[in-house]
Amino acid sequence: MSVVLSVRDLSVEYSTGEGAFRAVDGVSFDLAAGAALGVVGESGSGKSTTALALLGLHRTTGARVTGRILLGGPDGVEVNGLDGEGVRRVRGRRIAMIFQDPMTALDPYYRIGDQIAEVHRAHSGADRRAAWARAVEVLDRVGIPDAARRARARPHEFSGGMRQRALIAMALACEPEVLVADEPTSALDVTVQAQILDLLDELRADTGMALLLVTHDLGVVSRSADEVLVMHRGRVVEQGPVREVLRAPARPYTRALLDAVPRLDAPRHARRDARRDPGEPLLTVTGLTREFRRPGRGLRRETTRAVDAVSLDVRRGETLGVVGESGSGKTTLVRMMVGLLPPTSGRIVFDGETVTGLPEKRLRQVRREMQMVFQDPVSSLNPRRTVGDAIADPLRVRGVPDGEARRTARELMERVGLEPARHDRYPHEFSGGQCQRVGIARALALRPRLLVCDEAVSALDVSTQAQILDLLGDVQEDYGLTIVFVSHDLAVIRQVSDRVAVLRGGALVELAEVEELYAAPAHEYTRSLLAAVPALA
Amino acid sequence: MSEVLAEVRDPGAAVSGSPARARQVLRRLRSDRPAMAGLIVTGVLVLAAVLAPLLTALEGQDTTTFHTQLLDSARGGVPRGALGGAGADHWLGVEPTTGRDLFARALYGARISFAVAFGTLVVQLLLGVAVGLAAGFGGRWADATLGRLIDLAISFPQLMFAIALLAIVPQSFPRPVLLMLVIGLFNWGGTARLTRGQVLSLKSRDYVAAARLSGASPGRIALREILPGALPQVLTYAAILLPGNMVSEAGLSFLGVGVHPPASSWGQMLSTATTWFRADPMYVLVPGLSLLTAVLAFTLLADGLRAALDPKASLRGRR
Amino acid sequence: MTRYLLRRLGSLLVLLVVMTAVVYGIFYAIPADPAVLVCGKGCDGGQLASIHHKLGLDQPITTQYWHFLEGLVAGRDYSSGPDVSHCAAPCLGYSFQTDLPVLSLIAQRLPVSLSLTAGALVLWTVTGVALGLVSALRERRLTDRLITVFVLGGLGTPVFVSGLLLLMVFCGWLRWLDFPVYVPLTEDPAGWARNLVLPWLTLTILQSAIFTRLTHTGMLETLSEDHIRTVRAYGLPERRVIGRHALRGALTPLISINAVEFGAVLVNAMLTETLFGLPGIGQLIVQSSNNVDLPVVAGLTLTAGLAVVLANTAADLLYAAVDRRVVLT
Repeated sequence: MSVVLSVRDLSVEYSTGEGAFRAVDGVSFDLAAGAALGVVGESGSGKSTTALALLGLHRTTGARVTGRILLGGPDGVEVNGLDGEGVRRVRGRRIAMIFQDPMTALDPYYRIGDQIAEVHRAHSGADRRAAWARAVEVLDRVGIPDAARRARARPHEFSGGMRQRALIAMALACEPEVLVADEPTSALDVTVQAQILDLLDELRADTGMALLLVTHDLGVVSRSADEVLVMHRGRVVEQGPVREVLRAPARPYTRALLDAVPRLDAPRHARRDARRDPGEPLLTVTGLTREFRRPGRGLRRETTRAVDAVSLDVRRGETLGVVGESGSGKTTLVRMMVGLLPPTSGRIVFDGETVTGLPEKRLRQVRREMQMVFQDPVSSLNPRRTVGDAIADPLRVRGVPDGEARRTARELMERVGLEPARHDRYPHEFSGGQCQRVGIARALALRPRLLVCDEAVSALDVSTQAQILDLLGDVQEDYGLTIVFVSHDLAVIRQVSDRVAVLRGGALVELAEVEELYAAPAHEYTRSLLAAVPALA
Repeated sequence: MSEVLAEVRDPGAAVSGSPARARQVLRRLRSDRPAMAGLIVTGVLVLAAVLAPLLTALEGQDTTTFHTQLLDSARGGVPRGALGGAGADHWLGVEPTTGRDLFARALYGARISFAVAFGTLVVQLLLGVAVGLAAGFGGRWADATLGRLIDLAISFPQLMFAIALLAIVPQSFPRPVLLMLVIGLFNWGGTARLTRGQVLSLKSRDYVAAARLSGASPGRIALREILPGALPQVLTYAAILLPGNMVSEAGLSFLGVGVHPPASSWGQMLSTATTWFRADPMYVLVPGLSLLTAVLAFTLLADGLRAALDPKASLRGRR
Repeated sequence: MTRYLLRRLGSLLVLLVVMTAVVYGIFYAIPADPAVLVCGKGCDGGQLASIHHKLGLDQPITTQYWHFLEGLVAGRDYSSGPDVSHCAAPCLGYSFQTDLPVLSLIAQRLPVSLSLTAGALVLWTVTGVALGLVSALRERRLTDRLITVFVLGGLGTPVFVSGLLLLMVFCGWLRWLDFPVYVPLTEDPAGWARNLVLPWLTLTILQSAIFTRLTHTGMLETLSEDHIRTVRAYGLPERRVIGRHALRGALTPLISINAVEFGAVLVNAMLTETLFGLPGIGQLIVQSSNNVDLPVVAGLTLTAGLAVVLANTAADLLYAAVDRRVVLT
């Protein structure tokens, strides 16, 4: 097959206060028509910068791009050598791009059909009518139902998956040779992700368009790419056919990266399997419901049920995984469990005591038994308090003398793998993973019995994620913790949980032992979720 | 693979309120030349206002003595000589029709201008922060009610009330104090809105949830976790209110309901100067340029402060 | 939408009642007697008492306020001696000072204020948007810096200073224009415009500085948004990227600015009218306040409140029409 994109020795350099910073350093690859190349790496690896450079999107940012970007084979155009107008003519027509966040990538003020037609006209010179017809045609092609009517909608009337489809339609409008997809599915739910990846595969086969797929998710690469390029700190660490690289990585970095990825098919942690039988329920929720009210049409108010009559128990010493897509109510559910959010109806019993309806004072007493680790490491620590204070504050609240609280805080820092000497530093001096360790230490300070982790590793890179998961496993053992672990990631849930609860639209769909749930899901929704997860190699 | 590599963090992106952040703000402020110029001019003006009795004594004049011998009665009482009678005796000339010394009157005007601006600020902060905190902490009903009140306070032409109030309060009530109360009373909406917004935004942070889980009382959460984050923003915003207050005072005095003669203020001087702009330009220029300089200097300083804290919010655009 | 309009109507009613009550409260709390001003010098007790009775000042303040509200809704009758005159709803009463109906006093001065603000509104919107756009597209270059100086100068100069300086230059020094005298548009359009040039410029300097800054930041913000990156990545000409996509995002928020700024505009218009001696609403406010002319002040407060609410509602509706994501509640 003919090569449609050939990149040689591509580098992108930014000048910063402390000299030049190479975001991309000597990247070379070839992409054939109809082929798919995956570019993977953790944050800061330079994968997105590479993608943007291919379209010359660095031109106004002050970055220095060197190397050759040859589009359309040996006699094609060299993108890096074009002037502004030349690059503009290439963009969209010969090389198009779709972006990570479909929510913000379209202009909110114009109809979707108009936006696609505008791009088509800019390159083809077609008249309004023909351009609109083309827009409807490509929208229909990417699977927008009733495309002729939906083309008149504005972006906010589309769901995330639909918007990503619309963006792909925009890319299709001019039949480019290369489509660059920068984390196209990272903001989407796993079932929608599967649909979008299917669509990209199909279009590639039908039109012969080549795909450059940039992602942090090795599963996505394994599912949708033929070749892979592993990037680390701006350099290409390893490249080759996907099967080979993922099955038998040649470089230690790739191997470590692969080891860190939680899998649906890998053997589970020995420690978990050897665990003694879980005990009596520590926390029981019955018919727990939470409604939110918002204004509806006319004078009416609409109520949405974020959580709808959920009943389950959390057993002593176990890890209960709670999994669901966005809007499934998982965060609302666990916030009610720890008493951060009052339920609309239903009952919560903690350790034999009914917690719902307790007076605030008594509730504060009970709460020390339940602590929480949050998703966003930045928002979960007060930027104005040192990490030592952040960990010691819960103790001080409970009347522990200051000296003792500080000492305990330093011990806890050591326990979670942080240097106790850094106790007087502020959160911004720590990395995301380290902040998450501080969050765990703070949660442990009161020696709670229940620990709720709400997407606690979702904001982290896979290698950091693996370390934090290990730490959680260790402290669970040490402190005899019961853990409720919330995540959208089925593989992570499988790795850490003893039992798993599947939520959908606020309702509990299925609750089962982890082996059972993953091997033989009883509910159809669980099956479709599992089927949607891209498997590694 | 270390975490540090995985998570490249921008050291410049320190979060507001941390000590490192404070140092960064100061460094940015020091390298901001317009802001520093504003600081110097502001300093000189405030010092001059404080030392007004000393400076006028040095000139050998006061604010109230009439010097009718310096006026040209044939031309309706315009000061004799170029530049409105400016010279060694009267550094900035004299007032038409009365011959009172302009330097002294402008200097004492500055005292009133600054005093009213600062006093008003205190009233605004007390009222605005109180209402803002009540709305932010007070639950849904209080927030809805106070939120409406704040909106109203911002969009309503409060100066109308101020004029009515100032016009009918007896002259025996000390004018500068009355001005502080009235301007402050009708102009606190911005402070309240900002305080409320800050509180609401900080309240939803996860570290506040963590503090609640640790059993901290609402009072402790407000004092330890929320206020320290909200205050820097509020105080910076307050700085930009100062020049606005000076303009309000001058405006009210210009309309004839603020400071009355024989006391002087820049606005009051300008209000009598309107009829003299052709015959005695100096009489317009002295209070006009004084007001302009002071307002500009305060604005530059306050804006520099704001730019150092949040470059996007600056009047001078992103830099 | 229905809910929104009902809420707006409700808050309008509450607002008007509260504001006029505040005005009556202020006048009641402060011991200034309008009758003394009406009566003039050498007024004896008997005369004063009869004036009190005539103006209704001998009644309790609550009764006075009640009559005021009644007049608004149903109209009211005034008796001066044997004659009874009916003032139809909405009746704002009669001026203490001039005995003229407040409504016609206001109606008489409205064209002047409208001429001033409407003309200036057009000027400051056009200049503000143009300057803001240029400064955003020429960021950090000389033009941008010059515009920044204009913004700072404009924001820092009170209208009565900029107006005086304009007068000094154009009337005093260059003598291009005479001191403005208001001429109705219907009588002499050219004279109307010529006399309003300086007041318009005065208001424009301040307000266009605000608009320049908002357009500037709005433009830069929009240009850094994802959807702008998208249209660039699809090779739209820069002209279209700016003119169609960026400008729309930058200008939409400006719709609500004139409404938010309404109070400030009113105050500045008032100052401008006073400076140039234009017989508009602003002048009436100052005069009636100084004369403790309660019915006129109450009527003006009512009018201003109504205008504020109408301006805000209009802005909300327009915004919702322009940005379909907005749901009015």
